[in-house]
Amino acid sequence: MDWGGINPVILIATLMASAVPILLAALGETVVERAGVLNLGVEGMMVIGALGGFIVAVQTGSPVVGFIGGAVCGAALSLIFALLTQVFLANQVATGLALTLFGLGVSSLGGQGYNGVKPPPTGKLFPQALADLPVVGPIVFGHDWVVYFSIAMTAVLWWVLKATRVGLIIRAVGESHEAAHALGYKVNRIRLMCIAFGGAMAGMGGAYVSLARVPQWVDGITAGAGWIALAIVVFASWKPWRVLIGAYLFGGITVLQLNLQVAGSGIPVEYLSMAPYLITILVLVIISAGRKANGAPASLGQNFHASR
Amino acid sequence: MLRLEKRPTPSRFWLYATPPVAVILTMVAGGILFAAMGKNPFEVIRTIFWDPVFGEFAFYLRGQLLVKAGPLILIAIGLALGFRAGIWNIGAEGQYIMGAIFGASVGLAVFPTENRLIFPVMVVAGAFGGWLWAMIPAILKTRFNTNEILVSLMLVYVAETILAKASTGFLKNPEGMGFPGSRNFSSYPAAANPELIAGTGLHWGGVAAFVTAILAYVLLTRHQTGFQIRLAGQAPRAARFHGVSPARLVVMCMGLSGAMAGMAGLFEVTGPAGQISIDFNTGYGFTAIIVAFLGRLNPLGIVLAGFLMALTYVGGEMASTNLGLPDAAIQVFQGMLLFFLLAVDVLTNYRFRLAVGAH
Repeated sequence: MDWGGINPVILIATLMASAVPILLAALGETVVERAGVLNLGVEGMMVIGALGGFIVAVQTGSPVVGFIGGAVCGAALSLIFALLTQVFLANQVATGLALTLFGLGVSSLGGQGYNGVKPPPTGKLFPQALADLPVVGPIVFGHDWVVYFSIAMTAVLWWVLKATRVGLIIRAVGESHEAAHALGYKVNRIRLMCIAFGGAMAGMGGAYVSLARVPQWVDGITAGAGWIALAIVVFASWKPWRVLIGAYLFGGITVLQLNLQVAGSGIPVEYLSMAPYLITILVLVIISAGRKANGAPASLGQNFHASR
Repeated sequence: MLRLEKRPTPSRFWLYATPPVAVILTMVAGGILFAAMGKNPFEVIRTIFWDPVFGEFAFYLRGQLLVKAGPLILIAIGLALGFRAGIWNIGAEGQYIMGAIFGASVGLAVFPTENRLIFPVMVVAGAFGGWLWAMIPAILKTRFNTNEILVSLMLVYVAETILAKASTGFLKNPEGMGFPGSRNFSSYPAAANPELIAGTGLHWGGVAAFVTAILAYVLLTRHQTGFQIRLAGQAPRAARFHGVSPARLVVMCMGLSGAMAGMAGLFEVTGPAGQISIDFNTGYGFTAIIVAFLGRLNPLGIVLAGFLMALTYVGGEMASTNLGLPDAAIQVFQGMLLFFLLAVDVLTNYRFRLAVGAH
């Protein structure tokens, strides 16, 4: 099959990989927001994870350790956000923006000297023979482990949020922090843990950009992926499986856009490269139109201070 | 154990004391950072904060301060109006770019006509461009309840693509030997925005910043609209009972901040930058967010904050050329400033108490 120079099987296989950074980051942010915290610093945590993961992978020679390093760096940066918003009760919107500005600065400072360095490659999980099967080969067996990990995380988070006690506590804290506090839950401590989890996921997503997608270190490598992850959380109405759909749709648009640029479709390159952002806006409009309450956690973005 | 206790009313003292305290803490933390990078922290801090105002080359650098402070103040005041009302326009960078493109297009369209009206018309076109770009998130917010933070930010990336197209395509200098970038406005007197008083760095953008600061101060403290903005931010429900229309407020605040960012873009492109080029925008739209908070969302405070932030830019460039400090270190420094400010700000509304007994 070949549609105007674009093979749909390859397209699907590529979009699954290209969606991984925003999928991981958006899944993490889903948990954070379900706990009632709006962390706008996803872009900053991703770019720090991209650099941290890159450096660790280059130094140790192991991409797996690199991904863990990226997650640790993202979580470490998110703890600044947690400290400011949960202990010092700072405005979440302003702190999140500060986190992004700070993360971009730190990454560009720390990344000097890593331009042009090649990271160790992240290998495929299944043997080449399986990946060579027609159609199902590239789509089902042709990926590295992070792609399967991101899908597994979607399922795990769906199950945790829907069916476990931990999920119930997280949702309670996000829907009504007063009630959760009255029941004896440490609201700010639970939120702090969710923020750190979100940071680790964003950091790992960032590491996937620098270790597998690009793969090298460039300043500002995430190029707005963190903001798109935030948009996808809204698009998904804070539900993990819908986050997966949103991330794949977005990944598909990005890959298609790149393919059209290469194929020389006659559409100017500039219009193609702004398409993902415009389509994100369009999707946001469709999702938010005509709904008063769009499924957002009731305490989203509000700080909690226990007076008693 | 220390615990936080909410103050009955915000502390007047800490309201004014937090920015200086945050600056001092940032200098300490920044000093540690610079020391960790193998630089002498005292020398770096002196180069950033002292030399541009009192050092050997201060006669030149003082002028640079106003060049950098002007756009920051102009954009930050617009943003502060919205932030006060709980409307988060964080796409000022995009509005700044679109203002520059709109305004410059008008000037370049009539090149080489000489007429005194050209520059004022360009300023209006710049404000219109920024306003138009800000109206997209505003209308989507009021009509479809779309998140203005995400939409305004996505539009920055779109604006950057349009800028790339403008400087390599529709605004490219036909006599530029194929190099990207538009005609230089410094060689087109009717559309140029030169230094008004030699050596001060004051151009029309600086004048606009000061006038806007005074107008915004009067608006917020003496005018009904300013009261509505503050009320909507502090008590949204009370504001609705008072008859404040949230939609009207969104359109107004986003429009004003967009128009100001657009004007700032035009002043920059016709003055210090000189021409439309792929990277004439230097992130003022994002730094202005820090300036707005550092100035406590108060127009007069923003003027001071704008100069302080300009100092970190000018001093940072000095430190970069003289001491080899990377540019990114200044970005980190500015980010830290905002963190410390947000952290210290807790003292305005809360106080620390020694907790006695089991809590």
